[in-house]
Amino acid sequence: MLRIRNLDAGYGKLRVLKNISLHVDGGEIVTMIGANGAGKTTLLHTIIGLVKPMRGEIDFIGKTCVRGAVGKMVAAGCSLVPEGRQVFAPMSVEENLQLGGYILQREQGRAAVLKELEHQYELFPILRERRRQLAGTLSGGEQQMLAMARALMSRPRLVMMDEPSTGLAPLIVRDIFQIILRLREEGNTVLLIEQNAKAALAVADRGYVLEVGKVIVQGPAAHLLANSDVQRAYLGRDKHT
Amino acid sequence: MFWEPDIECMTREGLEQLQLERLQSTLYRVGTNVPFYKKKLNELKFNYDDIRSLNDLQRLPLTEKQDLRDNYPYGLFAVPLRDVVRVHSSSGTSGSATVVGYSRNDIKTWSNLVARVITAAGVTKNDVIQIAFGYGLFTGGFGLHYGAELIGASVIPISAGNTKRQIQIMQDFKSTALVCTPSYALVMADAMMEMGVNPNGLSLRYGLFGGEPWSEAMRQEIHQKLGIIATDNYGLSEVMGPGVSGECQECNGLHINEDHFLLEILDPATLEPVPEGEVGELVITTLTKEAFPMIRYRTRDLTRFIPEPCPCGRTLKRMQRVMGRSDDMLIIKGVNVFPVQIEKVLFEVEGTEPHYQIVIERENHADTITVLVEVVESLFFDEMKKQRMVIEHIKSRLSAELGVSVDVKLVEEKSIERSEGKANRVVDKRQL
Repeated sequence: MLRIRNLDAGYGKLRVLKNISLHVDGGEIVTMIGANGAGKTTLLHTIIGLVKPMRGEIDFIGKTCVRGAVGKMVAAGCSLVPEGRQVFAPMSVEENLQLGGYILQREQGRAAVLKELEHQYELFPILRERRRQLAGTLSGGEQQMLAMARALMSRPRLVMMDEPSTGLAPLIVRDIFQIILRLREEGNTVLLIEQNAKAALAVADRGYVLEVGKVIVQGPAAHLLANSDVQRAYLGRDKHT
Repeated sequence: MFWEPDIECMTREGLEQLQLERLQSTLYRVGTNVPFYKKKLNELKFNYDDIRSLNDLQRLPLTEKQDLRDNYPYGLFAVPLRDVVRVHSSSGTSGSATVVGYSRNDIKTWSNLVARVITAAGVTKNDVIQIAFGYGLFTGGFGLHYGAELIGASVIPISAGNTKRQIQIMQDFKSTALVCTPSYALVMADAMMEMGVNPNGLSLRYGLFGGEPWSEAMRQEIHQKLGIIATDNYGLSEVMGPGVSGECQECNGLHINEDHFLLEILDPATLEPVPEGEVGELVITTLTKEAFPMIRYRTRDLTRFIPEPCPCGRTLKRMQRVMGRSDDMLIIKGVNVFPVQIEKVLFEVEGTEPHYQIVIERENHADTITVLVEVVESLFFDEMKKQRMVIEHIKSRLSAELGVSVDVKLVEEKSIERSEGKANRVVDKRQL
């Protein structure tokens, strides 16, 4: 579904991503883990079209991605749950969701949006309770759920999530990852960017480890959990030193 | 039957993407963690970003068996020893031996790849599999063992040797699959005749053979004598052990586990790739090994790719069964023997440059190795007893060094034929 080969990207003269290759197949949850500043967000922004690649190819369902074509990417079925939620604070929960469904409305009409809205309320019952409330008044966890639901409103083929667990209480983090698992059961394809390596690898099928802009290890999530480099650097597990 | 149909029947495009991703991270890891590769890559002024396609692999240096010996024992390990859960080694003492290590993930991967190979050969969890490969430092026994356990077959870890007991157990335990070298399968067939055991009365259905080169004629002979489907599988300890490639039931070439190994076939003289489908030396790069990654390892095995698709449906490319060697290594009863190892022992005993000849024969399907040594003063004694002791001494030294039993015969001075001043060291009378 998504196929990246030899991608270099960055800002001005600064090269953040160095020769990145990765792929996401339909129905998979793939996670990209790495520390702050490793280039995770830059990667998502390059895929969605906010940052222009310096070199390399990004292929989404046979289409090549270009900068500035964010609308086209969303229309092609790729949507992003941005880091720090970024919900429209002065708007109600339902208005936020309807905005997420504008592509759907354009292509399939109002009825499809209402149906999808109902589906999101089933997935996130708390949002139904808060539907009239202004998004800015929600708690952090609720805002995260809103951001996820908003991205799902367009019935995307690929959902990219940028650190959904950031700044949330452990119990809420657990809920968020439960929802990600549920998304997989419904057949969604997810590219999950996370610092919380343990939680991300627990839900993912495969993973990539990004360090200073390079993929240093990749493989099935179970293998990464057992990989000693990953354990030392990201899981804080080292019984010997 | 497929163990991992998603991968075994993958599209070429998907496979190449996976290979490229894995190659890039493997290179980064070896360049960071293995001083030997770090130095080599630095000398080449190699930049990791230079690997942008699978063809760029050809710009990387080759790894020779000697590199493994030079780094004996742990020099090429890419992880600290505490992350190594298994160590295997080739035969030979320090200086000629090679050591390989496995992390926990490596063992899992290995089991999985062997599971693929034995599933392709027809074995399922309902089978009783008799593993008559040697266990121990040799990778054959353990490699097949873990793979067979993973698919859920009932494993009999009988190890090599003691043919009568093998046959007894085969009868009593109703073994349905046999793992050994092809020549040992024929040894067993002959032993069955002697013991009055009718092979048709056994439960045996599949034979998975490896560890030595064999021919189509041998396959036919095994098939006729034991009435089983005989498949070939390939591997070598330097890159993992068994599980690199294996035949499906079409019995026509070995499917390569390309998602874990990148194989090239080079002209051994020019070290350039040969045209697709032509014979050359097999060179292997590991794509997922953690503890002991190898970049472009020269196997010295001669083979060719079979470009045509296989009727079984697997898209993993096939290689032909190994046809020989591009160096002087001999495979005796599945054990790798180099003439130079023999030379070293003789030199130590005699104290001078030895004149010798290695004669290999196959008697009753079992390999025998005889070393003919020209008599020199230091070996010659009037007393028969002393004379016999010296021969016994050479014999035991050679057997210990090589890991196979060796016969030694003294011959008259200048009786070994010399061509261009050098003796023809090896006479292989086996018809493979």
